Amino acid sequence: MKPLRLLRRNFEHGVHPAHHKEQTEDLAIQRVPFGKHYVMPLGQHIGVPARAVVTEGQRLQRGQLIAEPGGFVSTALHSPVTGTVTRIGDFRGVDGRFAPAIGIEADPFATQEVDPVPPMNWQALALDEFISAVQQAGIVGMGGAAFPSHVKLSVPEGITIEKLLINGAECEPFLTNDHRLMVERPEALLEGAEIMRRKLGAEEIVIGIEKNKPDAIEIVSRHIGDGQPVRVAPLDVKYPQGAEKMMIRSVFGVEVPAGQLPRDVGVNVNNVGTIVAVADYFLRGLPLIERVVTVAGPGVTYPANLIVPLGTPVRDVLQFCGGLKPGTREIIMGGPMMGRPVASLDVPVLKGCSGLLVFTEEQTSRRTEYPCIRCGRCVEACPYFLNPSRLARLSKARLYDEMKDYHVFDCVECGCCTFACPSNIPIVQLIRTAKDDLSHRKEPEE
Amino acid sequence: MSNKDPKLLLFHAPLLRQDMTTPKAMRDVIYALLPATGAALWYFGISAALVIAVSIAGAVLAEWLFAPRATRGASLKDSTGILTGLLLALTLPPGLPLWMAFLGGFVSIAFGKVIWGGLGHNLFNPALVGRAFLLATFPIAMTTWVPALPESFFDVYPSNLALPFMQVQVDAVSSATPLGMFKFQQEVTPLFELAFGKIGGSLGETSGVLLLLGGIYLWLRRDLDWRIPVSILLTVMIFSACLNLFNAERFPDPLFSVFSGGLLLGAIYMATDPVSSPITPKGAWIFGIGVGVLVMLIRVFGGLPEGVMYAILLMNAATPLIDRYTQPRVFGRDKESS
Repeated sequence: MKPLRLLRRNFEHGVHPAHHKEQTEDLAIQRVPFGKHYVMPLGQHIGVPARAVVTEGQRLQRGQLIAEPGGFVSTALHSPVTGTVTRIGDFRGVDGRFAPAIGIEADPFATQEVDPVPPMNWQALALDEFISAVQQAGIVGMGGAAFPSHVKLSVPEGITIEKLLINGAECEPFLTNDHRLMVERPEALLEGAEIMRRKLGAEEIVIGIEKNKPDAIEIVSRHIGDGQPVRVAPLDVKYPQGAEKMMIRSVFGVEVPAGQLPRDVGVNVNNVGTIVAVADYFLRGLPLIERVVTVAGPGVTYPANLIVPLGTPVRDVLQFCGGLKPGTREIIMGGPMMGRPVASLDVPVLKGCSGLLVFTEEQTSRRTEYPCIRCGRCVEACPYFLNPSRLARLSKARLYDEMKDYHVFDCVECGCCTFACPSNIPIVQLIRTAKDDLSHRKEPEE
Repeated sequence: MSNKDPKLLLFHAPLLRQDMTTPKAMRDVIYALLPATGAALWYFGISAALVIAVSIAGAVLAEWLFAPRATRGASLKDSTGILTGLLLALTLPPGLPLWMAFLGGFVSIAFGKVIWGGLGHNLFNPALVGRAFLLATFPIAMTTWVPALPESFFDVYPSNLALPFMQVQVDAVSSATPLGMFKFQQEVTPLFELAFGKIGGSLGETSGVLLLLGGIYLWLRRDLDWRIPVSILLTVMIFSACLNLFNAERFPDPLFSVFSGGLLLGAIYMATDPVSSPITPKGAWIFGIGVGVLVMLIRVFGGLPEGVMYAILLMNAATPLIDRYTQPRVFGRDKESS
């Protein structure tokens, strides 16, 4: 059975939401004009928050270091604009909670030129120097999770990375930022990939792109030089193709064992945006101070793909796009399947913000919840082969401990089950509740 | 942008949903049963309509009566009461006294669904619970079959109008089901009649082809787990093919086994009831094979000509156990650790 199954070059299960990419997939990336106020949260990546190294009232140059990593799983922050530090303190975060951040007021007369880091001879860097350079550049996973990239590069002894997998699947509906980056900056993508490949000592680079982006597949393939160990892998259009374990399954036919990481099967996975950020830092001296954001959804007047300086308030970005249409009900940062709702228009764009999606009545109307009729649609949707119906039932009964027997911690919260549920049961939310409860309960024992 | 910010909601992702909902899925099953219901009207006239109507009325009344006051209207909207009433009616003899059909519908919902905790919680298929109740309580009325095609559409079988708790009038012209004729008289009904319906039997058993048609519709709409009907029908065919090879006189051929009795109705519309069948794909195969084997055992070795109902009810009881032992292998784990 097993070899036969592995011949099928796609992961099993998953769902097929409509892509809704037509709004922005053909729109070239443009730059948002600079505004006045910027907020850089110190904890906008996974791990320990960064530590501010500037003081209130200090003058800043665009690209200047403003916070250093607060630990190993942490990363640096740089000023997105030339201006002045107005306040270091608590600002409202995306979820509405207050969290430490650096407030910056842009200088209205500044040229906003970046003060680049002196170009680095990256080929001469030892691996640990390279890793700390990535940390100093503030580079994180740009697909949405914002996990510090240098941590992924620090491979423990005994493990060799054979393949570098670049994630251009962009399986979330509406988002086109990676798509446009591949179409418009294929050289930067391949440069960054080559830097990563050399430093990791990998043999091959594979760029996985979903087949609904034929132009990206074509352009990236065309830029691959003769004899370069790079290939493009066109992938079937299915959600969550961009989940790293699913992509490894689709491209290499290997399942990453539960509880282990891609590196344990010799693969390093990085998002397209992350790779371009690496190229920009090592070849052009630009730290991570801006990113590409897709602004789309039924509630946006002029959808767009934009280069947005980090820390720009959501309000400014949406205003540039012609503002919100009447009937706006919810704004999602990220994709519609896994993104986070935005609590107010004043929250800033973060490193992990791949999209700002504005939704209206149709997507947010209160859906009647019906009892679970055990139809099994969630079981057939779950790419991790869990039993979401069972997990949801146990969570409702607060039998969280029993959920461990059903491998609740293998769930990556991709949302396929909830998408597929005809009874509108908030399965992912129920699973998250249980995971939260279980992981907080563990702490006193340790 | 207006001067005032819109009030933002914080609904958690995923915001997108596929458009199937549970009430829609239930209505799909009703639509799938419409051709077979039409055939019942064609063959048994106004009596069929009366039996179906009172059975649904009984089911809906129980649904309404026992619902918590706060959600009284709501549980009717999901159409499950109507579906249960319709399914039950299709398993009933056309000449059944109407008050019995009404009682059956009522019991289906009350004892098949409500006492378990409502939709999604019942162990057994509600319609079959109702039918089992009727068969145990009124064995004669439930096994008295009238011939198809009354003289006129508006002829009501006299037994339909029997008063509650009075002696049931057995019809002068009674008929037998193909399975009964085979079991007790070794008489084979031609396959064409089995497939298109001019046979004695319960309302929904008459036309195998129309039942299959509805099944294909449900499969196309992804409303039913195809593994269950496929495994039931295959099991029955293989089982009866073996017996038929062994002794063609005593045992019918596979196609007769599939098209006779309530097998198609049970396999496509009742065994596939998601609530009372296994949720895991492997469990569905086990469940279907179990139903198929039990059907054949009862038909061949039991005292009754038909066994679909008991086969499904017995396997319903085994469903939690099957589900427990057929949990799917989790991604990145081997069989043992998941």
